[in-house]
Amino acid sequence: MIKVKNLIKTFLDGEKETKVLKGIDLEVENGEFVAIMGRSGAGKSTFLYQMSLLDEPTGGEIKIDDIDVLALSTSERTSFRLSKLGYVFQDYALLPEMTALENVALPLLMQNFPEKEAYEKAVEHLTLVGLGERLNNLPSQLSGGEQQRVSIARAIAHNPKILFADEPTANLDNESSKMIMEIFKELHKNGQTIIMVTHEPEYSKFAQKIIKIDDGLIIDIVFN
Amino acid sequence: MFSSLNIRMGFFLAKRQIKKSSLWTTILIIFVMFFTFLNLVVVSGILVGLLQGAVNAVHINYTSDVIISSLNNKNYIENSPEIIKIIESLPQVENFSARYLEGGTLEANYKTRTSEKEKPNISSASIYGIDPVAENNVTNLSKFIVEGEYLAPGDYDKVLLGSYLDKKYMDFDYPGFSALENVEPGTKIRMKINDIEREVTIKGIVKSKVDQLSMGVFMVDSQLRSIIDRNDYNVDEISIKLKDDIDPNMVRDILKKNGIDKVAKVQTYLDAQPKFIKDMIETFSLLANLLSSIGLIVASITIFIVIFINAVTRKKFIGILKGIGINESAIEISYIFQSFFYAFCGSIIGLIVLYGFLQPWMTAHPIDFSFSDGILVAPVGGTMLRIGLLMITTIIAGFIPARLVIRKNTLDSILGRN
Repeated sequence: MIKVKNLIKTFLDGEKETKVLKGIDLEVENGEFVAIMGRSGAGKSTFLYQMSLLDEPTGGEIKIDDIDVLALSTSERTSFRLSKLGYVFQDYALLPEMTALENVALPLLMQNFPEKEAYEKAVEHLTLVGLGERLNNLPSQLSGGEQQRVSIARAIAHNPKILFADEPTANLDNESSKMIMEIFKELHKNGQTIIMVTHEPEYSKFAQKIIKIDDGLIIDIVFN
Repeated sequence: MFSSLNIRMGFFLAKRQIKKSSLWTTILIIFVMFFTFLNLVVVSGILVGLLQGAVNAVHINYTSDVIISSLNNKNYIENSPEIIKIIESLPQVENFSARYLEGGTLEANYKTRTSEKEKPNISSASIYGIDPVAENNVTNLSKFIVEGEYLAPGDYDKVLLGSYLDKKYMDFDYPGFSALENVEPGTKIRMKINDIEREVTIKGIVKSKVDQLSMGVFMVDSQLRSIIDRNDYNVDEISIKLKDDIDPNMVRDILKKNGIDKVAKVQTYLDAQPKFIKDMIETFSLLANLLSSIGLIVASITIFIVIFINAVTRKKFIGILKGIGINESAIEISYIFQSFFYAFCGSIIGLIVLYGFLQPWMTAHPIDFSFSDGILVAPVGGTMLRIGLLMITTIIAGFIPARLVIRKNTLDSILGRN
């Protein structure tokens, strides 16, 4: 379970202070699929980055399974991200020098999985997202949709507690986007907690709960 | 930081990054490291080799492995015949050459001078009385004949003239020294030793980078002995050439144990080196180390720039790696491996070129410096030490920029923010 209390994020640009998150409270239950929506600049991605430990908030509290994650040291946070969280980025964020298989196996190897097991798991998850035949392709040899599916396979291969997705369909055509959302739907059906930022209402319908943010605050929560 | 997991992951990341990097860039960096290696080893090796060539020449062509010479307060080696018998009995000795040595003057224009007022063309020289065969067996003196012929055992009133005593070869003047003009093999000159004058014919010219040879006059020992009236057969120097792999120190000590050091100086070729040569070797070594240090600084700056540019251009991917939970230390180690790879490849190529080509080639074809035949001195121990230094410097130079970039905020790196 994720508990966020009075989350504040302020950016400093010289002497100018910009408050992007102005005190957000939120709870997400295990197994929930949550979509975060809002207009550009509303603070939805910033909110996701704070929850997913990619950034440090200026104030507030974030607890994941009752662990005060903001109290963790840098290396503990890295380790927490590695074992408990999964990420899908808008631009796929794959490593260009590694094949699809290596991209997926990398976090598993870092978790000290034996090499054989790590690669077996990677193959299993790439097959799950329909890329069983493209294991040894480099990202540059894959389409955008395929790259995003590799990214999803990498994010879920170690069975993360929470899967964070930042506009996963923003760079994709309709067909690829639908395929990605179908994968998310399937993952959610199997109990995966997903928190996804999107600006496309069509895909927010896949979520159980839609959080609407504007001007750094939650302005509405809609249940599907 | 250096856990086995981080090292394994660092290697995994480095291997893939090197494999995917531009081949030409990799070759260029390895070439830079190769030339840095050469700068470290070869430049200093030539500097030291410059002197080593001179030292080797004196060793091989004059003193040989062990040299026995007269004590400072004596004109010759007393009991020379007994000493020679001891030397002959030593199984370690391959050959030896006993020499008589006297100071004297040479005059070239005594026949053409028309008046007493005309300045005589006189040159001072060390005059050696040698057994031509024995001397050649020890020092290979005949190799240095550039004009005329080498001495034969039965030659009478014939001499070999050192090239510095011939104006034709001595193309510079310095105060207090004059060379003979218009002389060549066949020319008669007048030799004066201990007020005894003798007219001799130049049989050959000796040209060597060993001053003792180029400034000496050589004649058959029996003749010089008769000129200086040395009927006791006491010689002034004995150069001893040892069989292969015999330690000169051991033979020196055997000779000393036989009491020879009471009547003569017994020295290995190293003991006999003049102090200024030893000082120069030290100075050149220091200079070589200084140049090597500059080479190391250049190498470290090169690697720093290469890794820094690499890390900066890969900042986004470093952010992604950190984002998905790859330990920062593993990423840093990956850059250490990359730096190591470049330094290692450069050093290996350097070693192959150095020991497979450069050193053997320079030994066969020494650089013709005016005072020595410069060789390349690169002892394996010293080379390994320099490679070690290159590796350490390179690794540090690669680690620092990588750490600077890796320590940046993860999200800023992923989003490409400064």
